[in-house]
Amino acid sequence: MTDPLIWLIVLPLAWATLAFALGPGRGAWVAMAGLLAQLWLAFALAQKIGAGGAALSHAVGGWGAPLGIDLAVDGLSAAMLLLTQCVALPLAVYARSYFKTGDPAGVWFWPLLGFLIAGLNALFVSADLFNIYVTLELVGLAAVALVAAGGGAQQVAAALRYLFATLLGSGAYLLGVALLYGAYGTVSIATLTPLVTGEAPRLVWIAGILMVSGLMLKTALFPFHFWLPPAHGGAPAPVSALLSALVVKASFYLILRLWLGPLQPLLPVFAWGMALLGAAAIFWGSWQAIRAVKLKRLIAYSTVAQLGYLFLIFPLLANPAALKAGVIQIFAHGLAKAGMFAAAGVMIKATGQDTVAGLAGAVERLPVTLFAFGLAGMTLMGLPPSSGFLAKWQIIEAALAQGYWIIAVVALAGGLLAAVYVFRVLRQAFLLAPEGRAMATVPRALEWSAFALAAASVLLGLRGVELMRLVGGA
Amino acid sequence: MTGGLLFALTGAALFALGVAGVLLIAHLLRRILAFNLMGSGAFLVLVGLAQRNDVPDPVPQAMVLTGIVVAVAATALALALTRKLHGLTGQIALPEDADD
Amino acid sequence: MRRFLVIAFAAAFAAALGSAMLELAPSPLDLRIPVAAHLAQSGVSHPVTAVLLNYRGYDTLLEIAVLLLALLGILAVVGKDNPSPPRPAHPVLQTLARLATPSIIVMAVYLLWAGAFRPGGAFQAGALLAAAAVLLHLVGLLPAWSMPRLRLRLGFVIGFVVFLMVSTALLGQGALLKYPAETAGMLILLIESALTLSLALILAGLFLLLSRDQGGA
Repeated sequence: MTDPLIWLIVLPLAWATLAFALGPGRGAWVAMAGLLAQLWLAFALAQKIGAGGAALSHAVGGWGAPLGIDLAVDGLSAAMLLLTQCVALPLAVYARSYFKTGDPAGVWFWPLLGFLIAGLNALFVSADLFNIYVTLELVGLAAVALVAAGGGAQQVAAALRYLFATLLGSGAYLLGVALLYGAYGTVSIATLTPLVTGEAPRLVWIAGILMVSGLMLKTALFPFHFWLPPAHGGAPAPVSALLSALVVKASFYLILRLWLGPLQPLLPVFAWGMALLGAAAIFWGSWQAIRAVKLKRLIAYSTVAQLGYLFLIFPLLANPAALKAGVIQIFAHGLAKAGMFAAAGVMIKATGQDTVAGLAGAVERLPVTLFAFGLAGMTLMGLPPSSGFLAKWQIIEAALAQGYWIIAVVALAGGLLAAVYVFRVLRQAFLLAPEGRAMATVPRALEWSAFALAAASVLLGLRGVELMRLVGGA
Repeated sequence: MTGGLLFALTGAALFALGVAGVLLIAHLLRRILAFNLMGSGAFLVLVGLAQRNDVPDPVPQAMVLTGIVVAVAATALALALTRKLHGLTGQIALPEDADD
Repeated sequence: MRRFLVIAFAAAFAAALGSAMLELAPSPLDLRIPVAAHLAQSGVSHPVTAVLLNYRGYDTLLEIAVLLLALLGILAVVGKDNPSPPRPAHPVLQTLARLATPSIIVMAVYLLWAGAFRPGGAFQAGALLAAAAVLLHLVGLLPAWSMPRLRLRLGFVIGFVVFLMVSTALLGQGALLKYPAETAGMLILLIESALTLSLALILAGLFLLLSRDQGGA
């Protein structure tokens, strides 16, 4: 009808509710139909913005900011919406085969997935800081519930640790919003932006620091990453994939929004601090991934490292290429990590254990999955022609153009470290299986949806120009 | 000093107290209480600071009502997880992350 | 050491925040003016309810989703643990609870109706009804809930469904949740009534679904 952006929020809310009403274990088909429609809507939206170059907005309730809540979509948010639907649909196909009937972890998966996606979509289009707080909580609680669902003591403990981290993060964000409302009398991003100047009162500085630190905690930027490996490593594979690919990106997107929007006069002071933490994340995360015993832990630590790249762009943001590099990195990591966790889920199902050592012999039994893992690894390492290569290339180019060669060095070193942990897994999989160890058969749909995600992360490298044009129009 | 400003200052203190509690307290029920303290602090700042001239402002009041419901939801989920953990391990504190 | 650091940091933060609040100038915008100016078109005469269900009704829509989500999370976490059997309570308590329940219900209906022009509304009414359910459970008159059946599930979602359907139908007016001034009051009452029922069930569920025997998965 009117705006695709409204339906991107209403649809997942509707099918989540329907899936809940249908009852335990039901709702897979409604979810997949809904996600398919959403994917089409997200494409339509991206095309509209890519062609027109202008942002779209929608005044909920017809009031308009600052009295009402405005929704707004520009190139950046259209790209995030597109990524969300692109990752969610193959993962839904994957999850349907992954959760066997009666698996306690999958009983309420579909409605939880719906609320998660609705929260993400609502977050990406919201132009109101308080409304964003509500969407943040929607995303956070859905993610925690998905981690905890049907799990044992370790998983529940990981979910609780995650819950406290995410609540602390959104609490700090909320206090920041409260201070901004106190200082300016509005929470609308568009209304705030011209009001905040370099001579803002001290309270506004405190607000900015609170909001960004809260979001950094939610993004699991080093040293706030402590909650991520147990949560992402301990959850069922489709959930790990959703969390690593999408949920941590949502809070990063908000940091970017604040940085480029209302808090632009204040935050760039901290740009090098962010880049420093990003570099630390790359080295620490990669090092932990290299020495991890468990396969999913390895991938989770790789997420910590890959998130570090996103923070390298902050000192470079004066150059529009840096933002494009960031968005491509978000896409590259989102698709590749979803594919990698999905592939890991297949290997764990087949071998019956979540260790790197247990993978010996996987190459004969699971060639497609291993190929998917390799393709995703290619993107994480940044080999051409993958989108990871494109992202790193853009970061390095922007860094060198501004004379910050140190950032280029960090980005290159991170790629080498990624190669170490990816090849650790591949080498193990090429070893001969120990005598008499059988592997369980795995549904085809699992292998191929993992493959689709990983292949998309590589192929995107060839179509990256269109994505960059979309973001450039913002 | 107006009444609204006094509420905001109290809110700032409560928030700091709550954050310290969430970071330091191992007992999960008390940690959940600390989280609620932190949330209430933020709500008090939201309402108090906006009304520092002591004229009621309905917008932050409505936001706080929304916030309270969100906090209730988060608390309920935290309690459910705590209870489950207690049922599984008999402990009311988080175990060390043993997996590495 | 860590303890000392955290406490020192928290104290310093509170002091810095407090002093920054004291030097704050008046805010450039005042939303009280537009809130009052449009109150006549909002369908209700109480400004907080107008913000909650009209001007910022979208926040409230998502907030109901958060509540539903918490309920779902609890269902997903507790799984198939056995609901605890009703515990025996003193007959005096049971009689008191029985006597209190009808007046609680009357009070809840009053709060729902009062929301249009004075403090009150669906949340307060729903919370009160939920409290009645918890009271009845604690004195042993209402058993704990296990996996909810279809009827209960429909009760959980009906408020959200009505809210979402009305919001979406109003797209015909040009925007999500854009109430026409003449029917706004009626639509808000419709939403609030459905919400009261669902909120009562959800809030009661947050308690009654957790009231379980201790034990493993």
